[in-house]
Amino acid sequence: MNASISNEGVTNITLVGVGGQGILLTADILARTAALAGLDVKKSEIHGMSQRGGSVSSQVRFGARVNSPIIADGETDLLVAFDQLEALRAAPLLRPAGRVLCDRCYLEPVTVSSGQRPSPPPPGETVRALYGARLVELDSRALALEAGNPRTANMAIAGALSTLLPWAETLWQEALRQRLPEKLLAVNLKAFTLGRAAATGPSA
Amino acid sequence: MSNKLFLSGNEAIARAAYAAGCHVAAAYPGTPSTEILENIAKFKGEINCEWSVNEKVAMEIGIGASLAGARALVCMKHVGLNVAMDPLMTYTFVGTNGGLVIVSADDPGMHSSQNEQDNRTLEKFAHCVILEPADSQEAYDMARAAWDLSERTGAICVLRMTTRTSHSASLVDLGAQGLARGHVEPKPYVKTPQRTVAVPANARGMRFAVEKRDAALLAESEQSPFNRVEAGRKELGFITSAVAYQHVKEVFPEYSILKLGFTNPLPVQLVRTFAASVDRVVVVEELDPVLRDAVRLAGVETVPFQTQLHMMELNVGRLRALRAELLGEAAPAAPATPPEAADLPPRPPTLCAGCSHRGVFYTLSKLKTTVCGDIGCYTLGVAPPLSSMDTTICMGASIGNAFGMRKAGFKGRLAAVIGDSTFFHSGMTGLLDVVYNKGAVTVVVLDNRITGMTGHQENPGSGKTLLGEPTVQTDIAEVARGLGVKRVTKVDAYDLKTLERVLSEELDCGEPSVVVAYGPCVIAAKKLVGAIPHAVDPARCKACGACFRLGCPSIVRGEPTANGRFLSRIEPAACIGCGLCAQVCPFGAIGTTASRT
Repeated sequence: MNASISNEGVTNITLVGVGGQGILLTADILARTAALAGLDVKKSEIHGMSQRGGSVSSQVRFGARVNSPIIADGETDLLVAFDQLEALRAAPLLRPAGRVLCDRCYLEPVTVSSGQRPSPPPPGETVRALYGARLVELDSRALALEAGNPRTANMAIAGALSTLLPWAETLWQEALRQRLPEKLLAVNLKAFTLGRAAATGPSA
Repeated sequence: MSNKLFLSGNEAIARAAYAAGCHVAAAYPGTPSTEILENIAKFKGEINCEWSVNEKVAMEIGIGASLAGARALVCMKHVGLNVAMDPLMTYTFVGTNGGLVIVSADDPGMHSSQNEQDNRTLEKFAHCVILEPADSQEAYDMARAAWDLSERTGAICVLRMTTRTSHSASLVDLGAQGLARGHVEPKPYVKTPQRTVAVPANARGMRFAVEKRDAALLAESEQSPFNRVEAGRKELGFITSAVAYQHVKEVFPEYSILKLGFTNPLPVQLVRTFAASVDRVVVVEELDPVLRDAVRLAGVETVPFQTQLHMMELNVGRLRALRAELLGEAAPAAPATPPEAADLPPRPPTLCAGCSHRGVFYTLSKLKTTVCGDIGCYTLGVAPPLSSMDTTICMGASIGNAFGMRKAGFKGRLAAVIGDSTFFHSGMTGLLDVVYNKGAVTVVVLDNRITGMTGHQENPGSGKTLLGEPTVQTDIAEVARGLGVKRVTKVDAYDLKTLERVLSEELDCGEPSVVVAYGPCVIAAKKLVGAIPHAVDPARCKACGACFRLGCPSIVRGEPTANGRFLSRIEPAACIGCGLCAQVCPFGAIGTTASRT
């Protein structure tokens, strides 16, 4: 991710998806890992109505010193999308050279499922066409099932994300330990490891 | 970094209250302020804390605790302060005994609010000290100092938070005290009615005392460590506060800044000295031009500009436009939206799969009812396909609004729809007004026994306190009867047949009527007892679309039919098993997965 360390040493990461996917926890673990790496960090998110199945986003900024907690449109260095349609919606947030980590997940919005709006073209194909070489894809649900709990998909995404950032795996593991209850830690760490391996492996 | 904690602004305030020896805390939940009391509750009763029934009661409890000599904290979202203004406006005359700190959290841009208002105007009006943190560290430091300041001066101190300072997280150094509890003995209570009974004869004396106190506060403001100059280039000097400071630092890093944290009273001498040290002064703040006008009143000229900053949330992009205007630079290009990202189907928030409010709105819509709505998750009943809500104004307004429409001669079916927590908050008084004034309003209370929208807080109907302790569970039907309503009906919110029968009777009954539609919040309760996910039998589905009119997110389009329609399909992982769709399907195509397999 060296290319992204451009804005006077501040890196901007935007996480987008759908309420209930574990985006806010993932953002929190990312931010804590940045702090453990010795960096200044700010995380911003919107609670409230967005929890009811709507679009959700969280923003994490880290570097030597971070001022504004929010990322200006068009200045995201790395977009982490938990859903392909949301990856497209977030396109104006991204820098021209910004990279995208996108899950192979498409949740049909209620406006489509209820027939108010026509189905968009398959969002996965549009994501690939739009982002091309800037894209890393992941099937977090398969990895979470392999880890033993479908609700750990967000930690598989965190694992993949960790390969795009310069910090030691042990710092990420420490951040997971800070934020997860003891009984859920092992399965989440496993999903994280699988996500990390998948993003570096030949199939990524 | 290891000695620093990563805290949201709200978490930092809770930590500071603990460290400052706060004794009593009261609040009504409201985004973005809710997590302050939730975090104080984690201190296991070391701070006496409660969810109050509304913000006015919370304020009155804070005032009572302060009168008795304790350190008190009262928290609310911006519109909550409207509700709490009455006690505040007089207690500011009385002045504090124990320190009183108020957190008022504005929501610029209305991320989850019905309006946008800059509460600094209200807080100035109430002669409060205003402290405006710019991040979590300042939220901690200012809250940590606020009770001492309140006791030293007798003033009420307001921490003016916003969505971005409450809900952003950053690193906080707790200083030498660390995680330790601050122990402060409550001050003694001494009976002094001339100071604490605000009758006109006493209040006139208090009025003069307030002026004297304002003068003392000005001296505090001039000396406050929360106001500082960051010297830079002199062509422009920025006066700024709160999160706007962070955006200014990022967009105008080379220029001088007067960073204000203690903004009311304005440190006039400091402002004048700063203004004299730079060529031109620019004031940048979020929402109303409160600081700018105060700076101008201090006789300091500020640069006028065309860039619109005084409404909606500020961000770096908007300040870049200001920079271009001030420096005559080329305006930054707006980020382009590639054609692939244009015109995507929106993903609005919806009532959850299995939500107990859905059947009520479905039925009201079917009965062609005009609905005066209220504030809560159920405001989502406005969205298509339910499209069941006509008005939403403020907490508790539904009942008075419906009564007012009737008084204006509105004909046709009309209902006030209000949630349980909102009914307790300020719906009860409206209902009493209907009864007293011989009105004929039908009130539907959506009783899911939790304060849902703000993230599931306990309330008088849930049977538990903020600390999770069991308490009296107030029965809304009994409240209605106690207020004098003769027609009170309880219905199961998932029983569409009964809902339709009861609502059609009650909507046309011509007298005060309350229908309590009970169904627990499916998110708070985790599941419906005994409910099993449903499925559509594709052989019996006629693609009529009846189930889609429920707007349930778990009902999705399945296989296309020959005539261009779609069979219905139910996402098994999303379905809660509430059974509404089975009730509306005219062909019996929907049943539980258990009965189908």
